[in-house]
Amino acid sequence: MSNTAAEKVRTFDTRTQAKIPVESPLAYSYRRSGAPAPTAKSRVVLRERPFLGHLVLRGGAIVLDEAVREVLGIPLPGEPQGLVHDADGQRSIQWISPDEWLVIVPGGEEFALENRLRAVLGDAHFAISNVSGGQTLVELTGEAARELLMKSVIYDVHPSHFPVGKGVTTVFAKATVILRRPTETRWELVVRRSFADYTYRWLLDAGEEYGIGVER
Amino acid sequence: MLHIYCPYCGETREEEEFHPKGQAHIARPADPEACSDEEWGDYLFFRDNPRGIHHELWVHAVGCRKFFNVTRNTVTYEILETYKMGERPTITAEHPEGRPADATAQQTSLRDGVRA
Amino acid sequence: MSQFNRLTQGGRIDRSRKLSFTFNGKAYEGHTGDTLASALLANGVDIVNRSFKYSRPRGIVAAGAEEPNAVVQLGTTEAAQVPNVRATQQALYDGLEACSTNGWPNVQRDLMSLVGKLGGQFMPPGFYYKTFMAPASLWMTYEKVIRKGAGLGRSPMEHDPDSYDHLNQHCDLLVIGAGPAGLAAALTAARAGARVILCDEQEELGGSLLDTRELLDDRPAAQWAEQVIAQLTECDNVTLLARTTANGYHDHHFVTLHERRTEHLGETAPTVDGHRPSRSRMHRVRAGQVLLATGAHERPLVYAGNDVPGNLVAGAVATYIRRYGVVPGNKLVLSTSNDYAYRAALDWLEAGREVVAIVDARRNPDGELVEQARARGIRIIEGAAVLEAKGDKRVSGARVATIDAEAFRVTGQAETLACDTIASSGGYSPVIHLASHTGARPTWNDEILGFVPGLVKGVHAAGSARGVHDLAEGMADGMAKACEALTALGRSADTIELPRADAIREGKACALYHVPHEKPTLRGPKQFVDLQNDVTAAAIELATREGFESIEHVKRYTAMGFGTDQGKLGNINGMAIAARCLGKTIPEVGTTVFRPNYTPVTFGAIVGRHCLELFDPERYTALHQWHVEHGAEFEDVGQWKRPWYFPKARAGAVNGERESMAEAVARECRAVREAVGILDASTLGKIDIQGPDAREFLGRVYTNKWAKLVPGRVRYGLMCKDDGMVFDDGTTSCLGENHFLMTTTTGGAATVLEWLEIWHQTEWPELEVYFNSVTDHWATMTITGPEARKLLAEITDMDLDRESFKFMDWREGVVAGVPARVFRISFTGELAFEINVQANYALHVWETLFAHGDKYGLTPYGTETMHVLRAEKGFIIAGQDTDGSVTPEDLGMQWAIGYDKPFSWIGKRALSRPDTARSDRKQLVGLRPKDPQVVLEEGAQIVFDPHHAIPMPMVGHVTSSYYSPTLDSGFALAVVKGGQQKMGESVYLSMADGQVHEAEIVSPIFVDPKGERQNV
Repeated sequence: MSNTAAEKVRTFDTRTQAKIPVESPLAYSYRRSGAPAPTAKSRVVLRERPFLGHLVLRGGAIVLDEAVREVLGIPLPGEPQGLVHDADGQRSIQWISPDEWLVIVPGGEEFALENRLRAVLGDAHFAISNVSGGQTLVELTGEAARELLMKSVIYDVHPSHFPVGKGVTTVFAKATVILRRPTETRWELVVRRSFADYTYRWLLDAGEEYGIGVER
Repeated sequence: MLHIYCPYCGETREEEEFHPKGQAHIARPADPEACSDEEWGDYLFFRDNPRGIHHELWVHAVGCRKFFNVTRNTVTYEILETYKMGERPTITAEHPEGRPADATAQQTSLRDGVRA
Repeated sequence: MSQFNRLTQGGRIDRSRKLSFTFNGKAYEGHTGDTLASALLANGVDIVNRSFKYSRPRGIVAAGAEEPNAVVQLGTTEAAQVPNVRATQQALYDGLEACSTNGWPNVQRDLMSLVGKLGGQFMPPGFYYKTFMAPASLWMTYEKVIRKGAGLGRSPMEHDPDSYDHLNQHCDLLVIGAGPAGLAAALTAARAGARVILCDEQEELGGSLLDTRELLDDRPAAQWAEQVIAQLTECDNVTLLARTTANGYHDHHFVTLHERRTEHLGETAPTVDGHRPSRSRMHRVRAGQVLLATGAHERPLVYAGNDVPGNLVAGAVATYIRRYGVVPGNKLVLSTSNDYAYRAALDWLEAGREVVAIVDARRNPDGELVEQARARGIRIIEGAAVLEAKGDKRVSGARVATIDAEAFRVTGQAETLACDTIASSGGYSPVIHLASHTGARPTWNDEILGFVPGLVKGVHAAGSARGVHDLAEGMADGMAKACEALTALGRSADTIELPRADAIREGKACALYHVPHEKPTLRGPKQFVDLQNDVTAAAIELATREGFESIEHVKRYTAMGFGTDQGKLGNINGMAIAARCLGKTIPEVGTTVFRPNYTPVTFGAIVGRHCLELFDPERYTALHQWHVEHGAEFEDVGQWKRPWYFPKARAGAVNGERESMAEAVARECRAVREAVGILDASTLGKIDIQGPDAREFLGRVYTNKWAKLVPGRVRYGLMCKDDGMVFDDGTTSCLGENHFLMTTTTGGAATVLEWLEIWHQTEWPELEVYFNSVTDHWATMTITGPEARKLLAEITDMDLDRESFKFMDWREGVVAGVPARVFRISFTGELAFEINVQANYALHVWETLFAHGDKYGLTPYGTETMHVLRAEKGFIIAGQDTDGSVTPEDLGMQWAIGYDKPFSWIGKRALSRPDTARSDRKQLVGLRPKDPQVVLEEGAQIVFDPHHAIPMPMVGHVTSSYYSPTLDSGFALAVVKGGQQKMGESVYLSMADGQVHEAEIVSPIFVDPKGERQNV
């Protein structure tokens, strides 16, 4: 077997460089429900950002903060609901719980990142789980995006309560979602793969009155 | 629908994000094998059902996934306080306006809160 | 002669815009700005319905939500039918079609009224219960006839073409009611920068300001309202919602508002810019503080014949005149207990119609409005009341007489005044309904002769809603209460400048609810308390005589307040009558409580978009489309859609006919036992467990041992609750010394993760371990059957040798070019490989398997085949063969119990409780029906002796039962008392069709008892 007996945690790169066809969590939904192209009248636009690297980071804030700064160059958001991005906005870390953070990086970086974090963290008590295949990121932009969210999530998305740099886990219709606000004009939904079709159909339906368009 | 302050998220959130898990501060006996059948039966099956102040265990299931305690009035449904695991309530049936300061200094136990 | 009651000027209607509508098939016209009720009155329509119990003709009595009679059915098509709409709250639109909800063959000539007339004397409360009591078995027959004669509107029989939605709202202050107090409050809060929602159930914001006689800053009050609304519209922090009824006040200031978005435009939502908005919307508002400015409902007086069309509450008369330009009659008699109602008579006079008299129950009334009426030459009859309305289908006269100050007796000779309209006012009841929803008890206020709302923390009431009826005082109250709310929110609050209103000096009102008649109440003509439910004063008196003392009992016995109007007009009168009969005061008797919803709400608005294909989330695996395209039938497992079986086209079928389920399952079962099958097992819960104490933790939550499981190995584990009962099972693999991958049942994934967390967080926080769900990250494909190894070998470089990759081993490798973890675990009893790859690659790997699988007979199978195969092996499904009352020992799984583990693991202690240790507990066994063609019913009860006298002792039940193509026989798993010691004995099961079957107790392992096939 490939495992060494001495290994404490077995990491595994589930991604391959080989040219293998991949299907994003929304691939089926596009075929089933269609994807109306955005028009000039679209007051909200949806776009999936598939195949990103998603890592769940567990551990104490102080220990993880040092490692994350060293490896990713950005601080770990220590305050609840915090969301930070690196300078070019490609990599983010979000507070999920007092001992849990969600790291999202460009697809393909996640395994190397996990290994570097593990190397820096050494014997500290922590855990890293790769969930890249299990969730996808859906962006919403446009002036009606906030109202669309009001139809969908129970959390208060008013700008006074949901400033840029915030992210929460909350109820979305009858499912759950991680909702984030990376910029003034953009909202992000981190959606579990198995709920992606339901979420997509809900958004298309709720967005109909705003002429929702899907960018592909 | 209740509005519940999650002591870990530092925010008041909608009830739909939470699950109630029964009475709080039910510690599992440290040595189950030393328990009589009656003691074990008490731990498994017997719970309080007070009219008024009650301490409950809740989990922020759609949120931070942390368990915490709620002091709730079962008549008015008012939530009087929420507190983290391992902490003691300040508001109790004996001290509905809050316990005297010295009493809160009692040693706290983390062994709180699971129901069978 | 259309709209002969319409004034040539005045009101807030647009006379230049005519709208056509029909009522009970007859065409009428009205104007933009009308309600259906005002348009009906303008056209002189007296009878709008027949009453519920006595089929008496009924007319419009009120102008708002409290209307009990004008409850109509709307809709031109079947799909557009809407029942129980209050005509007073339905804006008129062109083409509206409405009809009465009661009356047969029509409201003008109603046959049921004969029953009412004849039976009227004989239909006291409880009539139906008392009359149709025996024989009880015939009640179902009686009921059908009775229901046909009674009842309100009907539901549509076709799908609603409209959609409804929800909007989640959050605000600092929710102001309910946009009258004088509500507008003042909203403006105060808006200026303070708070997030404000202001809603009002009427078509326009403004409330009583829209039709009051009073001036504000010497201008019509409506102008001030318009000015404030314009200011509020400009504020980013304010949401204004007209046509929006606050219907439910739930815990912690969660209030549901229902906005009628298009109901004023037509019966279905119009298309706007290619999109159709929702017809109505539920706003789910979470407010920091709530201010109730819901106003008051005027109480009608209770007198004989007070239900004849032409009897209205006084305020409604004023509203119809001033707001809609409609005078609902020619000759008015006003019967009142207070000054305020004089406005109706003054408005009537100014509309150019005759006021016959004002009948005032007080002696020497002397308020300013009384003086005005006198000065205009209106006859005022003091110390008197209308005893009885004359007329049948319309009021033709009013019998008036003096009464004593306590309103016990008629003291003078009655005089009959010819008139066609009687307006009455017994005072004003604050609208306390929403405050009642919070559980706070209202309290009686003798000053205002009404209940005022009880208020929990964070709720404020202002203006008429708490009995402050004066205009200037009401506005000031709204502002003051808004300031209190803002302070409670921790905001600074400044007062605003309010307009000047001239104070009108009012005389004190007297308490009058039930007007006496010359005859005793029980023998006199009917005096109605609850018009919608036909509850009379006599009925309430009778109820108290029959021993009903609690007002809640009186309510249920008489059905007072049970209509769609919830007794908004009648309840206080009814309580006053009950109090008098019982010799108590009103506060002693108390009030009944109100519950959501304040007005009826269409189901669509409650459901929102959570219907049809969006009713509930459907969770799909990464292979879902493949399953759909290959004809799978699906089974719901939790929220997952799992392929149930894959029916193929029947050989030689011309019309696309497909295999039956039994045929498909038999074929799939044979494929697995004889060749190779493939199952999408992605739905199994998967939990990644990391940390130095992971192994210790597993030992505590599983019944079996984990100390020696080495990396590369897999073990089956059984999980109990601390009461010793099995609640989930699955395999857990050791990935590294501190690293495990746990699988759970499909339905148990979230529960098990929460279970691990609760023990970790609340009992053993010192253990260093983390749990993360990786269910969705992996796609899991199980290939199983004798040919499985050969198939897999074609697309992987992994060493699949039976010695180096043993049963219950897992290995990493590349499958179809994709990094994979492969587990040699088996739920079928056959050689099996469970291939796990990142879900994004799932389809590629699955299709590659099929590209190579043809020659091996690769067959996709679903959950039904999986069930048959696992049951043949005696493998349980937690939640099917267990139900929370089954221990591992009951299952015969002693091999999975670590009795000597050092830690007293969850469930262990309970196994030695006397009840858990009994030898005659229900235990898992196999059943072989004597007749191999019989498939026992799951859930069927089991007896040892079918000839035992009834009641027969039930000794167990069937938990799983299938037909086995391998055995060519039905077989079952069951729990039977002491079953493990009864091998070979017979039991008996009765089926739903009445047949009784004999079955033999056998081992639950039917196929390959030594487990050799999975080890090849």
